[in-house]
Amino acid sequence: MPTDSGPVGAGSSGAAMPVDPDVASRMSPVRHASSIIRERWDILAVIAVGGALGSAARYGAGVLLPHAPSEIAWSTFTVNVVGGFLLGLLMVFVNDVWPPRRYVRPFLGVGVLGGFTTFSTYMLDTRALLAAGRLPVALLYLFATLLVGLVAVWLGILVGRAAAAASRSGRARREGTS
Amino acid sequence: MTLLLVLAGGVIGAPLRYLTDLLIQSRHDSLFPWGTFTVNIAGSLVLGAVLGAASTGALPAAAVAFIGTGICGALTTFSTFGFETVRLLEEGSVGTAALNAVGSLAAGLVAGSAGWFLVTALA
Repeated sequence: MPTDSGPVGAGSSGAAMPVDPDVASRMSPVRHASSIIRERWDILAVIAVGGALGSAARYGAGVLLPHAPSEIAWSTFTVNVVGGFLLGLLMVFVNDVWPPRRYVRPFLGVGVLGGFTTFSTYMLDTRALLAAGRLPVALLYLFATLLVGLVAVWLGILVGRAAAAASRSGRARREGTS
Repeated sequence: MTLLLVLAGGVIGAPLRYLTDLLIQSRHDSLFPWGTFTVNIAGSLVLGAVLGAASTGALPAAAVAFIGTGICGALTTFSTFGFETVRLLEEGSVGTAALNAVGSLAAGLVAGSAGWFLVTALA
């Protein structure tokens, strides 16, 4: 799979949905970071702004829901689950519902939701629980985040597909009666 | 002040994730999402080192906000990791999806712990 437009990219739902939500499909092979910066500086700038906003929102969640190192990090759990649901929803809208727009996926998907959710804090939260000697709680946090997070992404995709189908049938009905 | 440092870190971390993902995904042919895996493990290693250094008092809270919460937080992503895993499952690549999920958690924990251990052992 040279890009994300390989066999997995052709979705079984009839709509082409890539596996990697960050990399645009059918892109030509990229060889150097400098050529990406030169050719896509505007995309990188949009991602930077989105990433800053998403990170600030994640920081805000940590301020609202503080936790001790020996406790479950409900703020990290919440941003990851909510962000996963929203990315699933967004990807259906970007691929199936909204007209193609250059900045929507980079800004909302790669930037805001990528910056909002975090893998490194999830790992270091788990390490802190292990270091505090709370093995069962650490395993619960580790696997509950994974499981609930994956279900949230899947639900986001399902809700997005239902909304896409409703908007398609609504449009067909309007066009049929006019 | 802390919020500004987190914002500044996010400005760096998110485009760095996109650049890394593009470069890695254009260089391999497998279904495995190596781009996201790489940023997540690298970010966990750095965050482990940052939090380890902070635990010994070697790193001020401002640096943790900028490098840790900002750069590492935005460089790594759970939403893309989850999305890629669910898409692999939907497409029937159950083995690759399981490998991605279990491999990311195992490697991320090892990387984060190694970063912490190396820095605190040196201090």
